[in-house]
Amino acid sequence: MTVELGHLALILALSLAMVQSVLPIVGSKVNSEKLMATAGSTSIAIFLFLSLSFACLMWAYATSDFSVVNVWQNSHSQMPFLYKLTGTWGNHEGSMLLWVLILALFAAAVAVFGDRLPVQLKANVLAVQAWMMTTFLLFILLTSNPFLRQAPAIEGQDLNPILQDVGLAIHPPLLYVGYVGFSITFAFAIAALIEGRIDAAWARWVRPWAMAAWVFLTAGIAMGSYWAYYELGWGGWWFWDPVENASFLPWLTGTALLHSALVMEKRDALKIWTILLAIVTFSLSLLGTFLVRSGVLTSVHTFASDPARGLFILLILCAFVGGALFLFALRSSKLEHGGLFAPISREGALVLNNVLLTTAAATVLIGTLYPVIYEAITTEKISVGPPFFNLTFGPLMIPLVMVLPFGPLLAWKRGDLAGVSQRLLFAVACAVLATILVFGFTRPGPWLAPLGIGLAVWLLVGSFAEVWQRAGITKSTWRNSVHRLLGLKRSIWSTALGHAGVGVTMLGIVAVTAYETETVALLSSQETTEINEFSVRFNGYRTATGPNFNEDIADFEVFRDGASLGTVSPSRRFYPARQMPTSEAAIETFGFSQLYITLAETRPNGSVVVRIWWKPLVVLIWLGCVLMMVAGAISLSDRRLRIGLPKQAQPVKAEAASAG
Amino acid sequence: MLVRSLVIAAVIACLSALSSNTVMAQLAEQRLPVALEERAQKLFVELRCVVCQNQSIAESDADVARDLRTIVREQIASGKSDQDVVDFLVTRYGEFILLKPVLGWHTIVLWVSPVFLLLVGGWLIFRAGTSQAKRVGATLSQAEEQELAAILSKQKER
Repeated sequence: MTVELGHLALILALSLAMVQSVLPIVGSKVNSEKLMATAGSTSIAIFLFLSLSFACLMWAYATSDFSVVNVWQNSHSQMPFLYKLTGTWGNHEGSMLLWVLILALFAAAVAVFGDRLPVQLKANVLAVQAWMMTTFLLFILLTSNPFLRQAPAIEGQDLNPILQDVGLAIHPPLLYVGYVGFSITFAFAIAALIEGRIDAAWARWVRPWAMAAWVFLTAGIAMGSYWAYYELGWGGWWFWDPVENASFLPWLTGTALLHSALVMEKRDALKIWTILLAIVTFSLSLLGTFLVRSGVLTSVHTFASDPARGLFILLILCAFVGGALFLFALRSSKLEHGGLFAPISREGALVLNNVLLTTAAATVLIGTLYPVIYEAITTEKISVGPPFFNLTFGPLMIPLVMVLPFGPLLAWKRGDLAGVSQRLLFAVACAVLATILVFGFTRPGPWLAPLGIGLAVWLLVGSFAEVWQRAGITKSTWRNSVHRLLGLKRSIWSTALGHAGVGVTMLGIVAVTAYETETVALLSSQETTEINEFSVRFNGYRTATGPNFNEDIADFEVFRDGASLGTVSPSRRFYPARQMPTSEAAIETFGFSQLYITLAETRPNGSVVVRIWWKPLVVLIWLGCVLMMVAGAISLSDRRLRIGLPKQAQPVKAEAASAG
Repeated sequence: MLVRSLVIAAVIACLSALSSNTVMAQLAEQRLPVALEERAQKLFVELRCVVCQNQSIAESDADVARDLRTIVREQIASGKSDQDVVDFLVTRYGEFILLKPVLGWHTIVLWVSPVFLLLVGGWLIFRAGTSQAKRVGATLSQAEEQELAAILSKQKER
């Protein structure tokens, strides 16, 4: 019964979305406040219906209702309860429902929190959002309905074991909030093009939405990366896998968008470019959805492949991207040019940031699609793998990192490069010192890595130059400085932390890439192997039975300088329902570095093959992402953004009324 | 704090420089003398495990990957150059095996596009800059000049 209720709610949401696709637009054309106002209530209603629908599906998963095809295919009665729930979106149909739910969530958020938006803009934004909801709801109902019934089965086919993990349980929702969050900036861009009017206020309204989406996308990508690191069992943290690239692309252009919207808000410049970025960013999110959902790429993550679905999403993709770009071509020339600036200025730095980020995004995009398109044309297969991306993406990031600390210190309109360079001398000194130290200590090691670490230090220290100087840390008493630090505008903190986060991530990447060590050993009970300053003793293995798997658990005791640091227990699991093995790594953290131990093989005579990595500073990779997210959150909490435009409309109206 | 962790990382790297470095070492696989093994390991990273999903033969535990590693080591030991080894594998498995695609007419778009796009970006900025300079230099029309003069003289009268 609940399943049918969920199905019905889904259909009702679709019909409301259809209404919302039309009425507000008509309202804005004939200038009818009433018609435009419908968008608000339909948005909220659609969100409620979709929430109900999603809750019903979740209920079917929670109660292991195997008369539902979707549940039967992706769940198992013996699975831990948490994974039964998260299994709701661990499959194609459920994750698409989640996708649309988040789309509706954002529309409802605009309806509720957007009360300071101009009525027309709000109506058009919600209408555009409804177009997307309509198409994706049609997609679900026609090709990917999660509510289809079958003759009840006794037992389900289980969820893909590598998806039975807390990290992966929260990864998709985070990523989707990020992906779909950019639908709002897209809707704002389309609405602006429809109205043919755009100004600095537009950027002010859009920026918090873009920032929120960006924070979640950062979280989703970082989480996905960490999940791959500990779950896939070979300790890599980024594979340039097509599906990873699909989430990285909107992140790159979204980052560019945040920066260009800043120029637009403060200086009324780069308007056309900002609109284009808003369109491109969400288009890349759609492309990501298409690539993952259509199964056009064979990769670790692709767990849906059905040509009909692929074609449908491709059509949606072409309609929205093509339509948006067509509208853009028609209208963009009418948009006015804004503020002027010299090449050496904060605007100039942000333009450089945008050129490098979008070129990097284009490079990743071409690298990702090239094999697919090449195969479609020639029927021959080629691979574009990590070596290509490292060779092309890396060099593009180097100038970006080198120039980055200058940006926030340069003045708007016309900057003083010599003065700014002087203020960054301390950061340069730190970077040079770090390079020399690392180079000296690692001889005869790789020579590029010390430079990379120097660059990361430059970014890390340089990011705080503005905070440092505004607080007058060297020139004033510490009490005074602390007082000033606390009084700094949040945007300054957020800029510093965000940029420093990139530096921290970079430090981790360089360190682990250049200085990681690895050892493989065949150990009998009580035998010991060495890695760096650690020795690892094998204390024997045992078998255990989980709720829906069997596992071999090996116990290793880790020693440093003869002192025991405790026991770690990596394991190998076997999930009988899917006949799949998984490897559970044991990870011990020392400061920012990690000892990573996996069980490669267990032998009947009681010995094991173990593989151990020492991963120096690897934690910094994700810590930097956390810093970036914190920076985004600080920016969002900024009072000036939260309030939007100063509240002044009402007194003026009152005066006008009394005067009339 | 930062310097300390850097030093630690450096020390660790120092210690480990003597042992096998960074790349995968496979148990029970016959390894080559250090200089040759280093070349082999470099090649492993650039070769795809043809049955795996997006893994190099350095990372994979699959049988095919193991066989491929053996082939690479044998070829290197018999005195062939890196290019010879790669060519041999390409004739056998096709270009699909190369994670780093070759530079040729069929991949020219792939390899050239980053540089090309960067140049296009630079050119667009340059063009925007010059058109901006033109706008700065734009003068008022005669009517506008008169209007301005009128406003200014009115202000003076006040």
